[in-house]
Amino acid sequence: MTQLALVIDLNVCVGCHACVTNCKQWNTSGAAGALTDLNPYEAEPNGTFFNRVQTFEVGEYPATETVHFPKSCLHCEDPACVPVCPTGASYKRESDGIVLVDYDKCIGCKYCSWACPYGVREFDEERKVMTKCTMCVDRIYDMSLPEDRRKPSCVLACPPGARLFGDVHDPESEVSVAIRERGGYTLMPEANTKPANHYLPRRKTTLTVRNEELYRSDNPHKIDGLPFDKTLPPTTEELN
Amino acid sequence: MRPAFSVLFLTTLIGAGQGLFIALFLCELLTSSPLPKNFFVIGTALVLTLSAMGGIASVFHLGHPERAWRAMTMWRTSWLAREGIALPSFMAAVFAYGIAHWLNFGYTLAIGTVAVVLAIVLYICTAMIYGAIKVLKEWAHPMTIVNFMVLGCASGTTLAAAYASFAAPALTVILSQAAFALTVLGLLTRSASLWRNATLRPTSTLQTAIGIRHPRIVQTSQGSMGGSYNTREFFHGKSIRFVRGVLLTLLLCAFVLPLALVLILPLLAFILQYLGLLAERWYFFAEAQHPQNLYYQGKS
Repeated sequence: MTQLALVIDLNVCVGCHACVTNCKQWNTSGAAGALTDLNPYEAEPNGTFFNRVQTFEVGEYPATETVHFPKSCLHCEDPACVPVCPTGASYKRESDGIVLVDYDKCIGCKYCSWACPYGVREFDEERKVMTKCTMCVDRIYDMSLPEDRRKPSCVLACPPGARLFGDVHDPESEVSVAIRERGGYTLMPEANTKPANHYLPRRKTTLTVRNEELYRSDNPHKIDGLPFDKTLPPTTEELN
Repeated sequence: MRPAFSVLFLTTLIGAGQGLFIALFLCELLTSSPLPKNFFVIGTALVLTLSAMGGIASVFHLGHPERAWRAMTMWRTSWLAREGIALPSFMAAVFAYGIAHWLNFGYTLAIGTVAVVLAIVLYICTAMIYGAIKVLKEWAHPMTIVNFMVLGCASGTTLAAAYASFAAPALTVILSQAAFALTVLGLLTRSASLWRNATLRPTSTLQTAIGIRHPRIVQTSQGSMGGSYNTREFFHGKSIRFVRGVLLTLLLCAFVLPLALVLILPLLAFILQYLGLLAERWYFFAEAQHPQNLYYQGKS
């Protein structure tokens, strides 16, 4: 069985919101109709988004780190939002595990959004239906696109490549390897929703420098124990 | 959670209607001397009016009321769908009960038994809509069912006492006493859940929400400038003083004042208790702490 998912590398995300804007652009232009924007150019801009980037500051100054945290539907393997839907508008696809809303069946009761612990469903105030990330289901199977473009818009937009997309049930897929080898984790595991999307944690990048890398035995300035050119300033080793 | 007003009206109106019907049925079952048939016919009409008003109120909660019929389809998994079936079924049985009395059809006790069972089923369905949301620990508890049932029966029996004071004065005293007992029971059960909810410790924390183990995490951006559905739907948006005021109102109007008044002025007791139960339902929403709010705790 396939379970498509996103893997988001928090160590790479720079918080540029390109995934947010590209998600909005793709999903507002589709056959399902525009994603509402209320007051887009006024003081309190408001609207429907499937993906948001939040920012958190972790730690106490000066030992702080800024973590940008993209948040969208996690396409849970045991979604809390689906069984509560009274109309069957919310459903999880057997074929690829994507959780979708049928906008023609949704009665707009908002019950699914109450059941979701992550707050990733947004009620569209103009269309009066519940909306959410579709994993760009209308482009990942589009055969008219070149194969490497058949990915969710957010993944294609991400400049540093913080977003990976693939089948988390295939142990050899790029996403499964990333989860396995780079400490991928899920959000709120205590909610028992088994999110398909995973996050990769922040990592400290360190560079080990050994002494012999600083004191080069073949330093051209030091051939025969004498400086190569006496007019040159002394080398670091000579200073030391 | 932000209290949804149509839902406050739905649950309190149909709850009182179910309670009133159960009281009417018990009057027929337990009284030795035959009661006037109009007592049941008008009483049934009252039950149907309350249920219909609740049903109409619920429609205002929907984005697409014209598709409301679809809400009956997923009864295998959704308590909301089950309520969508139970409410019309209860109303149909109550209607049949009223007609049977009106036309001297007989079998009123049999039809009434079916309607009482449906009333109880409807209480369970209504309460389980909230009780089934596991992430809301304040709601996901058997006390939710107990409270919906006891408070509905209490307000319905108070209304039955008020109704009997005009239509069948002989029953007023016993119905008032029953309403008194049920209101005391309601005060106990609701206080128990109020205490439980006030002392609950959340399972989820900001640390589990974003998966970063550090005691100090401060949010600096929520991903939107002017708020979003997430900042509107999951928080009542009122001050602590206002919420405390609602708590005081619900304790006074739903319990204390009706207990003082039900034996003398049952109609006034019902009006106060109904308003008190609206406050109670408002508080029921306000006290539920949704874990998604962990993602919306601040911005700079």
